[in-house]
Amino acid sequence: MAVIQMKPKLTLGPIAYHWSAEKRRDFYARIADEAPVDEVYLGEVICSKRAPFHEGDLPETIARLNRAGKTVIVSTLAEVMLKRERKATEDLAAMDMPEIEVNNAAGLYARGQKPHRIGPFMNAYNEATIAWMARQGATHVCLPTELPAEAIAVAASAARDLRLGVEVQVFGRASLAVSARCYHARAHRRTKDNCQFVCEHDSDGMPLRTTDDRAILRVNGIQTQSESYIDLLPEMGRLAADGVSHLRLMPQDVDMVGVADVFRNVLDGTLCTDEADRHLAGLCGAVTLSNGFYHGTAGYRRMAVTART
Amino acid sequence: MTLAELICPAGTPAALRTAVDAGADAVYCGFQDATNARNFPGLNFTPEELGDAVAYAHAKGAKVLLALNTYPPAGKVDLWRHAADLGVRLGVDAFIVADMGVADYIARTHPQARLHLSVQAAASSPEAIRYYCENFGVRRVVLPRILTIPEIRQIRTEIPCEIETFIFGNHGLMVEGRCSLTNYLTGQSTNMNGVCSPASDVEYARHEDGSMSSQLAGFTIDRFGPDEKAGYPTICKGRYTTSNRAESYYAFEEPISLNLSRLLPDLIDAGVHAFKIEGRQRSKSYVRNVVRAFRQAVDDIRNGRAANIADLVALTEGQKQTQGAFETKKWR
Amino acid sequence: MSLRIEAANSARWPGNLLASRLACGVLQPILTRIVRRIAARHPSLFARLGPYQTADFVIDPIDLPFAMHLRPDPDRLLFRAVPRDAAPRADAVIRGRFMLLLELIDSQEDGDAAFFSRDLDVTGDTEAVVRLRNALDDVDTSIAEDTAAMFGAPGRAVLARLRRGYGADMEKD
Repeated sequence: MAVIQMKPKLTLGPIAYHWSAEKRRDFYARIADEAPVDEVYLGEVICSKRAPFHEGDLPETIARLNRAGKTVIVSTLAEVMLKRERKATEDLAAMDMPEIEVNNAAGLYARGQKPHRIGPFMNAYNEATIAWMARQGATHVCLPTELPAEAIAVAASAARDLRLGVEVQVFGRASLAVSARCYHARAHRRTKDNCQFVCEHDSDGMPLRTTDDRAILRVNGIQTQSESYIDLLPEMGRLAADGVSHLRLMPQDVDMVGVADVFRNVLDGTLCTDEADRHLAGLCGAVTLSNGFYHGTAGYRRMAVTART
Repeated sequence: MTLAELICPAGTPAALRTAVDAGADAVYCGFQDATNARNFPGLNFTPEELGDAVAYAHAKGAKVLLALNTYPPAGKVDLWRHAADLGVRLGVDAFIVADMGVADYIARTHPQARLHLSVQAAASSPEAIRYYCENFGVRRVVLPRILTIPEIRQIRTEIPCEIETFIFGNHGLMVEGRCSLTNYLTGQSTNMNGVCSPASDVEYARHEDGSMSSQLAGFTIDRFGPDEKAGYPTICKGRYTTSNRAESYYAFEEPISLNLSRLLPDLIDAGVHAFKIEGRQRSKSYVRNVVRAFRQAVDDIRNGRAANIADLVALTEGQKQTQGAFETKKWR
Repeated sequence: MSLRIEAANSARWPGNLLASRLACGVLQPILTRIVRRIAARHPSLFARLGPYQTADFVIDPIDLPFAMHLRPDPDRLLFRAVPRDAAPRADAVIRGRFMLLLELIDSQEDGDAAFFSRDLDVTGDTEAVVRLRNALDDVDTSIAEDTAAMFGAPGRAVLARLRRGYGADMEKD
């Protein structure tokens, strides 16, 4: 068991689901007090209709996390089409503090040359795109979740040469698609405009099963997610060696402090990955874990990792 | 009134000639590799075939647009750069791009080349479209199939480039260029490999009761009763169950095709410059029938006559058609 | 994966086994000529087949007393009529009415549309079928008419009668 050299930072991605304001407050209070993460992304990324429920709490949450020594970044919407979405994106882009993570080209347009982070919805797949983004003021790039290890290595090396932070999601459901249509509303025979926020009842996504009863996907409003949680615990050593500077945990409706502890302990070399994996599986209950995308195969698969750190 | 160019699909040289002969103003196509979003087995053009196709189209006054609309994974960008260089050498009339790195390369290396922004870039707001226009000199945007006609009319007033909209064919549900559903089940990526439900992972099984099920990489996507119309085996057109739907339902969309033939006058009036027909993976027969019907319709409208649209339902997926988001935002 | 034509299908022609075998024998030289001629005139077809040049296709016209076996290997081209009960193991089976299959080969009909309407049935290796379809679709001339022309005026008359017969059939439906 070795301590990972050039230790990457642990980050907590934005909450993808429609958790109530109260649940969010409690969640971030615990993250501030207990979770060993370095940076936290806040903000509504999926559905502009949800934002009014919790954006009022944003200043206090930011202050709370800052007091706990955590860097805060606000993420912008992945889909920008309606007037209120364009306005929200423009407003965020005008802020000087905290940092912002842009998830739509409308945000890039509004931000101009001011420093910003590139979110996972921006499709920074390669070194040419990353170089372009760096020239426009990007300071940090979160790579697409489906990028395999070889491409991550090339992208990370290019980004590091340009002095950009490089981030990869190592835990939580993968975002597989977004749409203009709300599939939560559709499941309840409603339209997006008349959704009555049915998505609030599925705090970890609405499960879809095939007709032969196999769990396959999760619906989260306009977003479709993987059924499995990505778990790149055993791959963290290689990610760090390849130049990835930030590792992202996506908030799921499980004990996220416990999850962060497991990843932190492996990074610190105080827990071996076999034991950590068992621990993580225990925290995730019945949800399956996967690392297929990283290994260049079907995303839902779990590949055995031979070279462990 | 805009010119309302008709932009038609071609998966093979024969289909390209068919489209040109049926009245296409421009034909879009791709090479036989991951540089385009219809990288399907046995489809697309060799460089020699594309050269001949450009000559054929130009001789008949039609344009050829080259789709370079996928996202190169890091380490493989050269394949896309070479495809762009080749396209310039072969004399294609425009490139349809999505990736910023690819757009930046063409804009810098071939400043005279005309760039169209692919629907795979998912630019659905005036700001996003302006980003690509101002930075890469994009001359036309292909709009996602998620906007209503009043929204398109509004966008038109706020952007400095031409608008192209889909009018017929596969009805895309997910934001294009942001979908990894296929990769999640098969290990082949829509964005990086240009595939969607690749045939190599598709299997159809017939059951004793006459029903047929479609499977993708071993996952059952749908099961059609003996008399039920079928659709493509794509994840977003599958039937699933969920907590409050014990009976399987089309969680995203049923097998259905977009057909905007009745909305053509409104689209022209809204300032749409070009109409796109989806279907590079379809046969010559489809290309011939659809292009011919829309050529007639567009000519009628431009000459002030009521358009008489032939019934195109037989060619549609699930043999059902929709006007999708273009008609009403209730679709969302 | 290999497939066999299902028993249910072979049983559709009871008592016709002898006729079927005779028909296959009579047809064989003609089929060989047809397929060699297509291959000679459209060599680019094989490139689109890629690794599936050695795949075994069974084409099963449900309204004829026999099926056809195609292996589009440019070096050892094989196209033969086979009684259903003696059909070989196939990588893919394509099943539909004879005239529909003929029109698909000629791009008079759209394969996807025929599949959506369930008139065309595909089992086995889907990529093999997609490649064959795309390869044939890139042929500009009518394969059916080319073939009919091989047999002069009688050939063209047979094709015309087939097409009329099919049209009449459709009207009855």
